[in-house]
Amino acid sequence: MKKPNDIILRAVTNVAVVIILTFAIYLFLAGHHNPGGGFIGGLAFAAALTLLFLTYDIDSIRANFPFDFKVLTAVGVLIAVFTGLGGILFDKPFLFQAFDYFNLPIFGKTELATAVLFDVGVALAVIGTAMVIIMTISEDR
Amino acid sequence: MNNLVIMPIIVPLIIGLVMVIFRQKILFHKILSVFTLIATGVISGFLIYQVKYNGIQTLQLGGWEAPFGVSMVADMFSGLLLLTTSIVGLLCLVFAFGSIGEDRERHYFYPLFLFLITGVNGSFLTGDVFNLFVCFEVMLISSYALITLGGEKKQLRESIKYVLINLLASFLFLAAVAYLYSVTGTINMAHLAERVGEVGQSGIITAVAMMFLFVFSLKAGLFLFFWLPGSYSAPPTAVAAIFAALLTKVGIYAIFRFFTLIFYHQPEVTHLIIGIMAAITMLLGAIGAIAFNDIKKILTYNVIVGVGFILAGLATYTHEGLTGSIYYLIHDMVIKAVIFLIGGVIIALVGTSKLNDISGLIKTHPYLGWMFFIVALSIAGIPPLSGFIGKVYITEGTFAVGYYWLGAIGLITSLMVLFSVMKIFMNSFWGETILSEDMEKSSTKGVMFPIVTLVLLTIGLGLGAEGLYDYVNIAVESLMNPSSYIEAVLLGYSD
Repeated sequence: MKKPNDIILRAVTNVAVVIILTFAIYLFLAGHHNPGGGFIGGLAFAAALTLLFLTYDIDSIRANFPFDFKVLTAVGVLIAVFTGLGGILFDKPFLFQAFDYFNLPIFGKTELATAVLFDVGVALAVIGTAMVIIMTISEDR
Repeated sequence: MNNLVIMPIIVPLIIGLVMVIFRQKILFHKILSVFTLIATGVISGFLIYQVKYNGIQTLQLGGWEAPFGVSMVADMFSGLLLLTTSIVGLLCLVFAFGSIGEDRERHYFYPLFLFLITGVNGSFLTGDVFNLFVCFEVMLISSYALITLGGEKKQLRESIKYVLINLLASFLFLAAVAYLYSVTGTINMAHLAERVGEVGQSGIITAVAMMFLFVFSLKAGLFLFFWLPGSYSAPPTAVAAIFAALLTKVGIYAIFRFFTLIFYHQPEVTHLIIGIMAAITMLLGAIGAIAFNDIKKILTYNVIVGVGFILAGLATYTHEGLTGSIYYLIHDMVIKAVIFLIGGVIIALVGTSKLNDISGLIKTHPYLGWMFFIVALSIAGIPPLSGFIGKVYITEGTFAVGYYWLGAIGLITSLMVLFSVMKIFMNSFWGETILSEDMEKSSTKGVMFPIVTLVLLTIGLGLGAEGLYDYVNIAVESLMNPSSYIEAVLLGYSD
């Protein structure tokens, strides 16, 4: 089999994926007060994975991400719903969120909010859904 | 604040998601889905109890007070519909156990079913127009998957039409929400009702109301039902039954909510148009039901007649009319489910839906035949079955406001409906038995329990109409006096 001549694509991808993933995490964390959040962060993350799929073949990427994206979606939504349920335990409405400021080493005074947990669920659901869509249309049957 | 209000939405959602994770455990899916629907039924029963004794129950999601956050509202009307949804959903699910086939089960049938229930329950409970759009979408996307699941040629052909028409409707829905927001500056239903009440229903608000009516009519099959007969005859019996019982009813619910809570200031325009549309729907549906010689076609056209009849009650905008509508809505959910199930069983037995090829089933299946007979009488509104009380009240309502034409059309179409279902009964159950038991394509084993239960339910609803009256009356009271809804949502929050 002829080896594909894609050395530039591979070289760029190897660097770009790291940058995109970092940016995805930045977007995710920025979302609490600034533009960003679980949805966009998740989409950026899925974009990085799609780039990997385009550059390398699906099988070798799947070997490194050995989970079912449908399950990932379900787990993401479950995390989001259960974070919402957390408020009920403290006799607050569904989806109630709490936050406070903590003095952490290295970071200093930091705001920690339960809404971030909800956003983790959103991000996982978005990554899962986006990847299921892309994998489905890439299969030919 | 009452967190119970959100439970009918998130319980099926959570269980559905857990099923997606454990995809291969079909038995586990079956057991869990039964428990889920029992749980939502018990929760909605408890909500009805709370509404009866403590008034309308609300929940402001995340503690963001109305009108800024998303409100969830359970009043008696939504409570009754929730309970009926759970019961009918449970019985259609039990029917699916024996009939849906392993292939569909492995491709997420039960999770999709629960997501459909999530969307339906969400639409009944939400107090926010945009959230209503979202819940509609949850329901519709599950229904897209359910209608195509199995991938038969006929299913794919019909689902393209179904998806396209619903995408168009959803787009218009969103546009209508945007118009409404730009005119009134809010999308919380209670707040909308208050603002429209303060400034009066001007021409532009009536125009927006007409746009909502168009959208919901498309979904409910009121007048704009051209997509319905094809789509509802394509999927397998259990799915068709749940579609016939629930999906159009959500559209009907939305029309009721909007035109009793928000746009009720010009009934001489809006409600008259609803009445005219209802009359045309009943006539065309009944003509369709008589014209065809195919079980599936007759039954789907009967769904359309039912939609027209329920909305005729709303068109009168009287206490009697709405009482009748709620009785008839509950009756219609039960009766459409059971008649689709029986029709599906007949088709499965004989292997065809053409009436001319079916004959003499009464000999081999007497119970099925007589149950079909009871259902046929109930659908036409013969006392003491459940259709009767609703028809009486709706007709009384139309006469009370002088819409004699509407009441007359309702009664005439009732006769036409009776004729159409009797045609099925006489053709398929009477006559010479041409099909011996061992020649049948399938058996009635395992599918009789849900049918018997639903038939008993229609008898019970008819005989127990008196006991139900208290609850229906509370529902009508709160529909006719929107101020109780508004107060519960806008001032009910205390922390």
